Amino acid sequence: MARVILTGEAGRRFAGGTTEIQVEADTIRRLLIELDRRFPGLGKQIEEGMALAIDGEIYQDAYFVPLRPESEIYLIPRIAGG
Amino acid sequence: MMPHGKPNGLAVVGTRPIRPDGVEKVTGRATFGADFSLPGMLVGKVKRSPHAHARILAIHVEQARALPGVRAVITAADLPEIPSEESFVGEGPINFRDLSRNCLARDKVLYEGHAVAAVAATTDAVADAALELIEVAYEPLPHVIDVEAAMAPEAPLLHDDLFTQGVEPAPTQPSNVAKRIQFTLGDVGAGFRAAETIVERRYTTQPVHQAYIEPHACVASVGADGQCHLWCSSQGQFMVRAYCAKLLGMGIANIRVTPAEIGGGFGGKTLVYLEPLAAALAKRSGRPVKMVMTREEVFRVTGPTSGGVVEVKLGATRDGKIMAAQAVLKYQAGAFAGSPVQPGCMAAFAMYDLPNVSITGYDVVCNRPKVAAYRAPGAPIASFAVESCMDELARALALDPLALRGKNAARDGTRTAYGQVHRDIGYVDTLAAAKKHAHYAAPLGPRQGRGVASGFWFNVGGESSAEVHINEDGSAVVVSGNPDIGGSRASLAMMAAEVLGIPMERVRPIVGDTSSIGYSFLTGGSRVTFATGMAVVQAAEEVVAELKRRAAMILDVSPDAIEWKEGAAVPTDAYLGKFEPLSLAALALKAGRTGGPISAKASINAQGAGPGFGTHLCDVEVDPETGKVRIVRYTAVQDVGRAIHPSYVEGQLQGGVAQGIGWALNEEYVYDRQGRLENPGFLDYRVPVASDLPMIDTVLVEVPNPRHPFGVRGVGEVPIVPPMAAIANAIYDAIGVRMTDLPMSPPKILAALSGATK
Amino acid sequence: MSKHHVSTTINGEPAEFLCETQQTLLDALRDDLHLTGSKEGCGSGDCGACSVIVDGRLVCACLMLAVEAEGRTIDTIEGLAQGDRLHPLQQHFLEGAALQCGFCTPGLLVAAKALLDRHPDPTETQVRYWLAGNLCRCTGYDKVVRAVLAAAAELRQEHEVESA
Repeated sequence: MARVILTGEAGRRFAGGTTEIQVEADTIRRLLIELDRRFPGLGKQIEEGMALAIDGEIYQDAYFVPLRPESEIYLIPRIAGG
Repeated sequence: MMPHGKPNGLAVVGTRPIRPDGVEKVTGRATFGADFSLPGMLVGKVKRSPHAHARILAIHVEQARALPGVRAVITAADLPEIPSEESFVGEGPINFRDLSRNCLARDKVLYEGHAVAAVAATTDAVADAALELIEVAYEPLPHVIDVEAAMAPEAPLLHDDLFTQGVEPAPTQPSNVAKRIQFTLGDVGAGFRAAETIVERRYTTQPVHQAYIEPHACVASVGADGQCHLWCSSQGQFMVRAYCAKLLGMGIANIRVTPAEIGGGFGGKTLVYLEPLAAALAKRSGRPVKMVMTREEVFRVTGPTSGGVVEVKLGATRDGKIMAAQAVLKYQAGAFAGSPVQPGCMAAFAMYDLPNVSITGYDVVCNRPKVAAYRAPGAPIASFAVESCMDELARALALDPLALRGKNAARDGTRTAYGQVHRDIGYVDTLAAAKKHAHYAAPLGPRQGRGVASGFWFNVGGESSAEVHINEDGSAVVVSGNPDIGGSRASLAMMAAEVLGIPMERVRPIVGDTSSIGYSFLTGGSRVTFATGMAVVQAAEEVVAELKRRAAMILDVSPDAIEWKEGAAVPTDAYLGKFEPLSLAALALKAGRTGGPISAKASINAQGAGPGFGTHLCDVEVDPETGKVRIVRYTAVQDVGRAIHPSYVEGQLQGGVAQGIGWALNEEYVYDRQGRLENPGFLDYRVPVASDLPMIDTVLVEVPNPRHPFGVRGVGEVPIVPPMAAIANAIYDAIGVRMTDLPMSPPKILAALSGATK
Repeated sequence: MSKHHVSTTINGEPAEFLCETQQTLLDALRDDLHLTGSKEGCGSGDCGACSVIVDGRLVCACLMLAVEAEGRTIDTIEGLAQGDRLHPLQQHFLEGAALQCGFCTPGLLVAAKALLDRHPDPTETQVRYWLAGNLCRCTGYDKVVRAVLAAAAELRQEHEVESA
């Protein structure tokens, strides 16, 4: 089961303060669907406002990146630049 | 994707050819935004608020409209009202309601210079006269600028519908604090208890502007069929198209944006100010409208970066191992929420491998222009504080500052407080290169001091499109959708030339408009050579695959008999001698007969942008009579992944350093008591000039990013992150005074020397 | 409101234009003569992007009224190259990568030419102080100064060859 670690704000706003969730999903897209099912609005929030660090590697806007069964996924703020 | 990684095997990448757009730039022929003209063009100008904070009671435009020569006048009432929503279309989450109100004020003006109306007229003089005739009735309100003053409970409120996000319980009263964020790793309480030495300090910085030499400029033309064409200097033609579509309520398909050459951006041109106004005026007047900001408008109106307060606390054991790191960052967002406090928090300790970290950030609105991105947004402010504190810690522990950083350095596998795990990074390599550089051991003269500091930036990837077309004579055209700010066109052409195996002179790179190339995210985030380069390489590789197929057809051999080498289809070892090589030119000649024009495109969302790290060495000399700090020597070491065109990579380092030096020593916004900007010009907003700086030495360390076919990692933003702390640390070394407030201008140095502060 | 008629010499050729009293030389060059190589960066003489040479003297075109051009000779960036032969300054700027966005480049080149016309063998410090009136935000000036020094050396060599 993939471990999803939520930052304080996302956890507070959508997951009632939960900071860690276990999810079964084999792509980012399926992960977002499952997160949104359990915590309505969370999937959309991640899609639009956040990036994911999957086993440490940063991904932004990438539905089809595969997840390993034991992937560790951190939600992090989007990164831009100047 | 084929790996191209053998340094010795590269013919073009790593060399220093003349950039393809160079001749037109040195002859004055390159067309920047304000150089463009259309027949029948009108002049557009903007009426701006004289108040830092006021309610708009009424705007009377009838007299202006009636003035002969005036063809259109608009206010916010002429733009669609947009409900508050956040969308990620450009750089960072963008609230289109805020952007619309920033372009033209609705209900309230929130900073001096805030636009309230715009006119289009036949000449400058008529436009100026029309602005004078627009009457605006204001109810001035108390204003607030300083970040901590804006956070205070009794501060004047900018928005009555802004409630602090990120605090529990959710507040019921509005505030100027838009957001509170928190990153935690481990247990800082325990970490500090385990520390034997603790250093704690508070730092303050002033807002600074990107100060590109080219003011914002655009030309808009809207036809009777509603088709809008915009020419503008911006960091992203697709961003301009999307923002204008949203702000004007137009379909994206009805807007075409042609990017002009851009005279500097550094993040400040990643959003729109004039473009929606010019388009609205063009639509109403039925004529093209040109709008160019004056330098004063650029300073009064366009987004600088935040000023801020950063409090840092570090705790280490005697041998230099940092057990706990804590930082509180308060950043000004300007009139609307959205300071770069989040990346500032994330970047603050990203260079170090720390067991216990706590970072808190506050995004605070105040009566200043809305903040815009500025090269590594948020990180320079945070690093000024953290890297200064590291210097204090090193001295407290009697450790060499490079050694202290080395002891705690992020390496492969280090987890950051925000969740990224560093991989394939070159931070330690930069420390080593700095340590063994002649600069580090050079003797210092009287009143001179040396400082070191490190920096980090994430770099991003994102969506990019590119096309490679082979011409009938075997030369190539490379089309991309990214404005060229620093020489990226040259790097793209070089990567294409390398893959195709032809000389770079035979590859012409152009930047396409929004109708001529697939969607591309804007130029920023140090992403173009990485992400657009990746797309170019992909397209070029597809072209090569196609060329091999055509060769097989012509030679009537099996496709696996052919490999591509030095710009020609040649026999593999197994087929040596069986046929003569066929050059790209020969294949191009037969393109029609073998299937049609040879062309490929790639549209990608590049992932895997590797972060960049830098370590800077700086020597200063302090004049005790004037307080002037002279930069005597500067060396910037950076992990650049793979330098496609080393001269332009060096240029990025030198340019970033120069901006950091200005930020450190002289640049700041000066406000009067009414909240009006007193120095909106280059005379008193003092950026570094040629006589302020020495030669800036650069050391390009190459730890390739394995996720890019050539090992590229972004380089443009890292170099602005270390200079302020490097200089502050050098000043301490020279005069024994810790400067904690930027800029470290002569009056402050003199005050510090006389013991008035600290 | 009648306009003034101005006759002048620009880049060695006679030129004339009509202008308003308050128009600057920069406005006239860019808007009336379509010589857009000189840029407006500030309009107040602080950035040097509009540098031109008037009767042999380095001037900010934004600080000069268009009417003052009457009877004078003006050299702009458009006149630096001779046909398709680039001036050594331009060539060294290209080879030395002394430009990034290129906006300040015309002003820098004109200012550098004015320097080398007067002082063919400047030191690094002299180059830096002469160019202090030309702001560049992209390069940090390092490669610019190197290119000017390299061009100066090449021009001195050409001169020696010619005089020999």
